[in-house]
Amino acid sequence: MAVRRLAEEQPEGFAFDAANMARARREIAKYPPGRQQSAIIGLLWEAQSQNGGWLSEPAIRYVAEMLGMPYIRALEVATFYTMFNLHPVGTVAHIQVCGTTPCMLRGSEALMDICRHRIHHDQDHPSADGRFSWIEVECAGTCVNAPMVQIGSEVFEDLTPETFNRLIDDLDAGRPVKPGPQVARHLSEPEGGPTTLTDPSLYAAAAKPAAAPVAAPAAPVVAPAPASPAAKPAGIAAPRGGRGDDLKVLNGIGPKIEKTLHELGVFHFDQIAAWTPAEVRWVGEHLAFPGRIEREHWVEQAKALAAGKGA
Amino acid sequence: MTLLKVNGTVVDVPPEYTLLQACEAAGAEVPRFCYHERLSIAGNCRMCLVELKGSPKPVASCAWAVRDCRPGPNGEPPEVNTRTKPVKKAREGVMEFLLINHPLDCPICDQGGECDLQDQAMAYGIDHNRYAENKRAVEDKYIGPLVKTSMNRCIHCTRCVRFSAEVAGVPELGATGRGEDMEITTYLESAMSSELQGNVIDLCPVGALTSKPYAFQARPWELVKTETIDAMDAVGSAIRVDTRGREVMRILPRLNEAVNEEWISDKTRFIWDGLRTQRLDRPYLRGANGRLEPASWTAAFGAIASAVRGKQGARIGAIAGDLATAEEMFALKALMHALGSQNIDCRQDGSTLDPAFGRASYVFNPTIAGIDSADAILIVGSDPRHEASVLNARIRKRWRKAELPIGLVGAPVDLTYRYEHIGAGPESLAQLASGEHSFAKVLRAAKRPIVIVGQGALARADGPAVLALAAAIARDGDRDAGWNGLAVLHTAAGRVGGLDVGFVPAAGAHSAIDMVREAGAGALDVLFLLGADEIDTAALGNAFVVYIGSHGDAGAERANVILPGAAYTEKSGTLVNTEGRVQRLRRAAFPPGDAREDWAILRALSDVLGHRLPFDSFGELRARMVAAHPHLGVEDGVVLHGPGALEALSVSKAKLGKAAFGNPIRDFYFTNAIARASAVMAECSALAAGRLAEAAE
Repeated sequence: MAVRRLAEEQPEGFAFDAANMARARREIAKYPPGRQQSAIIGLLWEAQSQNGGWLSEPAIRYVAEMLGMPYIRALEVATFYTMFNLHPVGTVAHIQVCGTTPCMLRGSEALMDICRHRIHHDQDHPSADGRFSWIEVECAGTCVNAPMVQIGSEVFEDLTPETFNRLIDDLDAGRPVKPGPQVARHLSEPEGGPTTLTDPSLYAAAAKPAAAPVAAPAAPVVAPAPASPAAKPAGIAAPRGGRGDDLKVLNGIGPKIEKTLHELGVFHFDQIAAWTPAEVRWVGEHLAFPGRIEREHWVEQAKALAAGKGA
Repeated sequence: MTLLKVNGTVVDVPPEYTLLQACEAAGAEVPRFCYHERLSIAGNCRMCLVELKGSPKPVASCAWAVRDCRPGPNGEPPEVNTRTKPVKKAREGVMEFLLINHPLDCPICDQGGECDLQDQAMAYGIDHNRYAENKRAVEDKYIGPLVKTSMNRCIHCTRCVRFSAEVAGVPELGATGRGEDMEITTYLESAMSSELQGNVIDLCPVGALTSKPYAFQARPWELVKTETIDAMDAVGSAIRVDTRGREVMRILPRLNEAVNEEWISDKTRFIWDGLRTQRLDRPYLRGANGRLEPASWTAAFGAIASAVRGKQGARIGAIAGDLATAEEMFALKALMHALGSQNIDCRQDGSTLDPAFGRASYVFNPTIAGIDSADAILIVGSDPRHEASVLNARIRKRWRKAELPIGLVGAPVDLTYRYEHIGAGPESLAQLASGEHSFAKVLRAAKRPIVIVGQGALARADGPAVLALAAAIARDGDRDAGWNGLAVLHTAAGRVGGLDVGFVPAAGAHSAIDMVREAGAGALDVLFLLGADEIDTAALGNAFVVYIGSHGDAGAERANVILPGAAYTEKSGTLVNTEGRVQRLRRAAFPPGDAREDWAILRALSDVLGHRLPFDSFGELRARMVAAHPHLGVEDGVVLHGPGALEALSVSKAKLGKAAFGNPIRDFYFTNAIARASAVMAECSALAAGRLAEAAE
């Protein structure tokens, strides 16, 4: 980021149009009386949108006057936030190229070279025809799809020099462009489909209900209906031999759940190992974690532990 | 009160104290740049880091309250250390960061020798720099004719920004950009318009904001410092006059919590170039050709003696100016009485204040410090922002602490705080007194109201009636015991002193306005002007005018004889400020050329006129004055007058007029002869006039 100054050439004046004025009043009304200055960012943003994507000096003064604050306070805000452009930007696109490390490693410098050659050698300067401008920005938060650029409120990801050139061509020609990854990839999923957790057995428990909607798309995607009524497992009054097993050994059980299980009279691994599916469902609901016992395979774990203890 | 352990010693401090204040109370020095007692806390310089037991990191002591400290596990008082190794390391680190971008230009920096950064780098910094990259460079900004900027040096403490927004009440300075690109500037580099802007020079801990008129003039260690009192307004701000040889190089504020805290107005600070120009450095005599010719003291005295000889006392008069000291007026009064004249007046603006109503009728009874505890303020015919800028800052400080009702009767002006404009003239005041106006209820209910009456309401024919009405409003209600809310705001430094020594015409004698009229009509033959320039000098007819003063201004231009006197930095004397505080001027420099201290001129003149005044030294003169007016013997003393002292006022017979109250100050930067001689004040005045014209468009 460099020192940000107001543009040398400024328009004569500025005033909100009717729609923006209404929006501005709504913004101001969000704050309690006497605190209307809190609306400064919202109003400056409206002013920037109305002014073709950049904030002129008359616009800053206009907003300051509207909020009854000194000009310098509004200027402070306008120069502090880089989302406010203080110079005219391209009428078609103002391209914000992310230059932070992940994008840089994935080739953002090549994108900036394209900007330098195709738009203007320097940032924050519109191209000769005034249609494009560019600026290097800090991380825009889509590192997994690096390198990326932001244009307006859309992001264009997984760019290569070729796709980026094509994007500029399309914008220049007014052809529709597709935001998001510019490669065959859905959002931030791995390219060419999943590479891990591909073993279908991992999804065995959920496979049956999940398979239903695939087979019959009309079926609602809801939790599988209870196969049998839930049943409370029978507990014992006190641990056998005065000392229970450490249930926390089970993956998924912490001190809190252990305490609840004790209240249910469950103190030993073999008790859990003996739970029927109906009992499992009841305990899951009682713990307010339906499905968790199955997911974390408590019963299987308990069986192994009970067997190990017995041996 | 809360217990706190600082460096092993337990101290008992109020819980609202910050750790920095607590450390100071315990005698531990904490370096700081952004923290300032009279400004809000910013906490951005990080120089005041201390170790707080239980905190994983050092904490900024300026922004950490004592009540936020956690006690020890067994309820021991929280422990703070300022001398441990981590603290030393933290300070060294912060200092190193601050110096990364700070230029090493101390040898050419005006702050050199009195720079916080320089001192603290010596005390808390390390001896070398590990930073080898380029330093940042920042363009210097234009922010007016008084404050010079050197923005490479700025360390972003934001003291100046907070001062202009909080104390001065004119939020013009701001910090644009952010991080390394942060810059202090005004909006589009316009000149600051505050009349207190010079104080940012003192506040700046580095050399980023320095005095423009004083730029490259002197080094602090070659200046002789004299602690004296300001005479530009009637507040009596405590100042320090720095001189080199016989020249005043600059004027700085001194701390006086009861008067100016630590601020002074721009006129007080930047007047000093006016002390060098337009000076009267030898006696002048108007020759037969109508031109003023240099003359010797003997010739000048001789001309006065022949003009006075044989004249009736009633045809002689004397008017004292705004900067005259009490001693001078006491001596001049004695001389005039010896000449048989009662025509003496220190109220050249035509003010109707009269010592006959008692001292409570012409001083700022609640005192300036009393503003801090006021619960309602009524301003009548005054623009305190320009008549007494520092006092206005005090009202603003009180208003910021907790908003209080403030009403104004007179011309609506920007006072930097919200007020209710009640009306323009005496009629509105009468409505307040009779309870017709809604603000009257506020004043009646207040326990400690202040009714500030300015010269705009007093220097007019119905002045006594206005004052009586104001006094009635101040008294009428259930007040705290002993609270006298009538506050007369003077604009002239010498006025209260003059009223105190009785430099006013006796019954039947002429007042200043009358004297000018009589002189014009040929009924007054000789007129002595003791630095009086604010009268209509063109209307003095053929009177023989003797001007005793320091500057060639209106009075000297009209004079037949000029006796060169001393300016307020060049003489000893007593000034009584608007609250009646007796303050002593101390000589910082010598008057130029043949000029002499005014009391000595009067003493020598009295000898020539055949009425030798009974003192041979300034000490004797002051002793005589104190013998006649004992309260003038107590330096820095304020005699408080209870509300009962206002009773004398209620007998005024004058009728209320209709005209709206005006403001006595037309141009803040040109209120006296010294200011009119100052090029800096002229530049400020032109800028202010431009702003006024722009606002009118």
